[in-house]
Amino acid sequence: MRRVFIVDGARTPFLKSRNRPGPFSASDLATAAGTGLLCRQRFAPDQLDEVILGCASPSPDEVNIGRVVALRMGCGHRVPGWTVMRNCASGMQALDSALVNIRLGRSELVLAGGVDALSRAPVLFSDAMVHFLADWYAAKGIAARLAVLRRFRPGHLAPVLGIMKGLTDPIVGQLMGQTAENLAHFFDIARDDMDRFAVESHLRVVAAQDGGHFAEVLPLIDRDGKVYEFDDGVRRDSSEENLARLKPFFDRKYGRVTPGNSSQISDGAAWLVLASEAALERHGLVPLGEIIDSQWAALDPAQMGLGPIHAMTPIMSRQGLSLADIDRFEINEAFAAQVIACRRAWDDEVYCREHFGLDQPVGMIDTGRLNVDGGAIALGHPVGASGARIVLHLLASLRRDGLRRGLAGICIGGGQGGAMLVETMR
Amino acid sequence: MNSSYQHLVVVRHPDGVVWLQLDKAGSSTNTLSRAVLDELANVFAALEQAPPRGLVIASAKPAGFIAGADIDEFTRIGSAEAARELVERGWSLFNWLARLPFPTLALIRGHCMGGGLELSLACRYRIVVDEPGTRLALPEVMLGIVPAWGGMLRLPTLIGPGAALDLMLSGRSVDARKAKKLGLADVCVPVRVMENAANMLVLSGQPRHSPTLIQRLMNGPLKPLVAKKAREQLAAKARREHYPAPWAVIDIWAGFGGNALAVPTDHPASLASIFGSPTARNLIRVFLLQDRLKGFGKDVVFAPRYVHVVGAGVMGGDIAALCALRGLTVTLQDQTVARIAPAIARAAKLFERKHRGDVRAQRFALDRLIPDPDGSGVAHADVIIEAISENLEAKHALFAGLEARARPDALLATNTSSLRIEDVASVLANPERLVGIHFFNPVAQMPLVEVVAGANTDAALQQQAAAFVRSLDKLPLPVRSAPGFLVNAVLGPYMLEALRCVDEGMAPESIDAALVAFGMPMGPIELADTVGLDIAVAAGRALTGDTQSEAPRALLSRFEAGQLGKKTGRGFYRWENGKPVRAQVSAEVTAGLAERIVAPLLAAAQRLVEDGVVADADLADAGIIFGTGYAPFSGGPLHAHACALSAQPGAGRRSPDDTVAIP
Repeated sequence: MRRVFIVDGARTPFLKSRNRPGPFSASDLATAAGTGLLCRQRFAPDQLDEVILGCASPSPDEVNIGRVVALRMGCGHRVPGWTVMRNCASGMQALDSALVNIRLGRSELVLAGGVDALSRAPVLFSDAMVHFLADWYAAKGIAARLAVLRRFRPGHLAPVLGIMKGLTDPIVGQLMGQTAENLAHFFDIARDDMDRFAVESHLRVVAAQDGGHFAEVLPLIDRDGKVYEFDDGVRRDSSEENLARLKPFFDRKYGRVTPGNSSQISDGAAWLVLASEAALERHGLVPLGEIIDSQWAALDPAQMGLGPIHAMTPIMSRQGLSLADIDRFEINEAFAAQVIACRRAWDDEVYCREHFGLDQPVGMIDTGRLNVDGGAIALGHPVGASGARIVLHLLASLRRDGLRRGLAGICIGGGQGGAMLVETMR
Repeated sequence: MNSSYQHLVVVRHPDGVVWLQLDKAGSSTNTLSRAVLDELANVFAALEQAPPRGLVIASAKPAGFIAGADIDEFTRIGSAEAARELVERGWSLFNWLARLPFPTLALIRGHCMGGGLELSLACRYRIVVDEPGTRLALPEVMLGIVPAWGGMLRLPTLIGPGAALDLMLSGRSVDARKAKKLGLADVCVPVRVMENAANMLVLSGQPRHSPTLIQRLMNGPLKPLVAKKAREQLAAKARREHYPAPWAVIDIWAGFGGNALAVPTDHPASLASIFGSPTARNLIRVFLLQDRLKGFGKDVVFAPRYVHVVGAGVMGGDIAALCALRGLTVTLQDQTVARIAPAIARAAKLFERKHRGDVRAQRFALDRLIPDPDGSGVAHADVIIEAISENLEAKHALFAGLEARARPDALLATNTSSLRIEDVASVLANPERLVGIHFFNPVAQMPLVEVVAGANTDAALQQQAAAFVRSLDKLPLPVRSAPGFLVNAVLGPYMLEALRCVDEGMAPESIDAALVAFGMPMGPIELADTVGLDIAVAAGRALTGDTQSEAPRALLSRFEAGQLGKKTGRGFYRWENGKPVRAQVSAEVTAGLAERIVAPLLAAAQRLVEDGVVADADLADAGIIFGTGYAPFSGGPLHAHACALSAQPGAGRRSPDDTVAIP
């Protein structure tokens, strides 16, 4: 089987959504990170075989955002660009699609990644308003128009937030946060456990920022010359007392999942350069690591937060690996409850037997090896970008500490999970 | 119909429409030479015999529609009669075109200048093709002449005198969309439907574009009022004694029905006085000099796509922005992203201005301008431009590290204004690789770029640098490495003399007024305030080598007090909202003052020509005009001096001071 190497990678800072459109569109973000990454390569942008971009909610004017960004990055007319969508794992799907094409020999050198600008999620007219407008445009003459106008109600103007639609499971009708409540209920995860986990995420990001461990972040500059250098959602003052004050958001009043122990809604982009052995040789590239394996899995949409272990377990079996063989884990922190549930489920004999057919539980992931530099609760979760971000950062953290093997997992709205096994070069 | 034309292709289509394509023999562009006009007359005569259902006039040249009259023909005009004959030729021909008894249409794609636009104005309809290259203008005043082939008659009646005078007096061009908006074109279409549109419109029978009521009033009873207003506005921009042509345009439109032939010979707007004035000769000279500058680098094949700029200060940042604006990929390096950010903000403003209303073009230009704090772009770039502080050690450190990482065929350049190229190049393994590419501030506005060869510089690389400058649509001036090169070396002594006048007690206002009256775009004291007195002090030291000649007290005292000019709000003037606050001075301009201050500039220019810093006197004049804005109507300081000498051989004219070596 042809090997697939990770040559380099970069991402934008993740910018927290401030309840209004952020300074950059999704394609702005992906273009900025991509041009910065490409200009430091030994090959020219037009030598790529393809550009694959994961995006959960491209804006209506750039639905195939992968192609738009490829052209904006200066890849030229002849480099194909396409967009993949698997909700929260769109960025990881882009890496996996690149991997497949390289394994098949269809591509040698691919730029793959993910992006989303959730602050720019569309605000829609309600169905009632759309019908009203249709009647209005159909009406001819003043009398007909007046008749239509009489049917207008102020309620028609109530906007529909695209992002709330996107964060609601269309099959079980639950918000993503409500699926996290399901897991908290099932595994009896206390609010305190979640808040403690969230504080740890913030503290780890702060330590990593201060230690210069986010070298993959390329600063952004907007049109007014303002510099965005760091992930701006992290709270240096995060504490359990502060988080305890927040109200449950998804199951109001009686729930346990709050905005504080959930991932943040953010804008951001992340890219990786993937190459075959032949491409390494042709361009004289030195790889950072190798993608060994990847897996997709599916489960009950109401349990979507357990997706990561459903995807990670088959990789472990196939590769003959035990927990001790994995030096680092990155599990995307959609919700504290969901990551905690993943740990507990893997350590649960019954769950492992029923769902994975294992005689023994996989075991408890050591927190010293899991999300060592924090995660999406502190950094933010620009949906399409996160899958690429965790693979990129997993490799960075392995290399920093001279370690070898890392496993990244991500839960996917709709009841799926994705996982990717990487190794640094020996 | 005679079908064997030399410069035209005439085809009668089955639908009864005749397509007349201009295709001037032996030329890449169409110009309206005598031969072309004669052939057009033959075609008109033939078509009158067998009238078509419609006539479409288009160009067979990919370069554009029509570039205007044949400039070679009117540089050869020797007499007032010849000028009259030239005007008469186009005026009658286009009147004939306007009278043809069938519908006529000009299909305009690419440049449509001067006589070309006047031809299309004589048609019933005009279609413009929506492409960036489509530009329409009546630039005659820039050559010191007037649009006498019907432009002054037809443009105001078509689009109203307001817009028409604006176009004719400024000479500026409009693009396809603007032309449609003004009513200059009936429709603006994409290339893919242009032939179809031409056929349909010429057969449509639709009435010609008519001006609005107010435009008709302005062209009728309100004419004197409009003319008065136009003269007032013109007075603020161009003096009649320097630039007679725009004044004549107003006179001919307002008083002679747009017909230059109707102006009596003794009138200041007559053809005799326009074509006979030194201004017209000199502006044509400037036009030809500009063409000469445009020719530098033409013979080398060098089409850079990727530029790396080191130093994101005002110069470096603006050079990078210009390159991105012109379609190049640019990496911009400085020590931190924070230092690069202000350059990105300025670039965004530039792109907004240059691509007004085109959000996509603005965004793509920004995409091409890549912040590169690590200097990764060095390895890819076709051209690498250093624009860091004027510190030799810093430049040495930079180039020493840069040479090994750059591609072996990359052009290495420095934007230094005060260091010698060979001194900067001394750290290079191949010092002959370094070229000076010296831009002027503000980069986007200043047309000239000095391309500097050091003592060892490979001549082929200087040519490449010139080709690169042309690709940015700037004018390259080849010069040799010497303090201040050409432009700063002549400006320095000029400003020094002006500052000495301040030391002698003259008011900055009087000095500036004298030189503006002389024809400078800005007085020397205001110029000093604008560039910054700190820069002026440093430049003075660099030019004189040391403190050998004492810097003016007026300059030093302000410099030491931290009054650095415009940027600190105080220098020789107080600056408010980016404008100097001037005290009232008497309108009387001190006699001989401008000549005194210009004399050192002239002397320096002569010395630089003698020393071979610039190849010849014409290039020196070109550099001084395009680099400093020096009175274009004069034809340049050396040319004006030579003219004055030949006019009064042996006579001691008032201007040159004793130190001038008169050849």
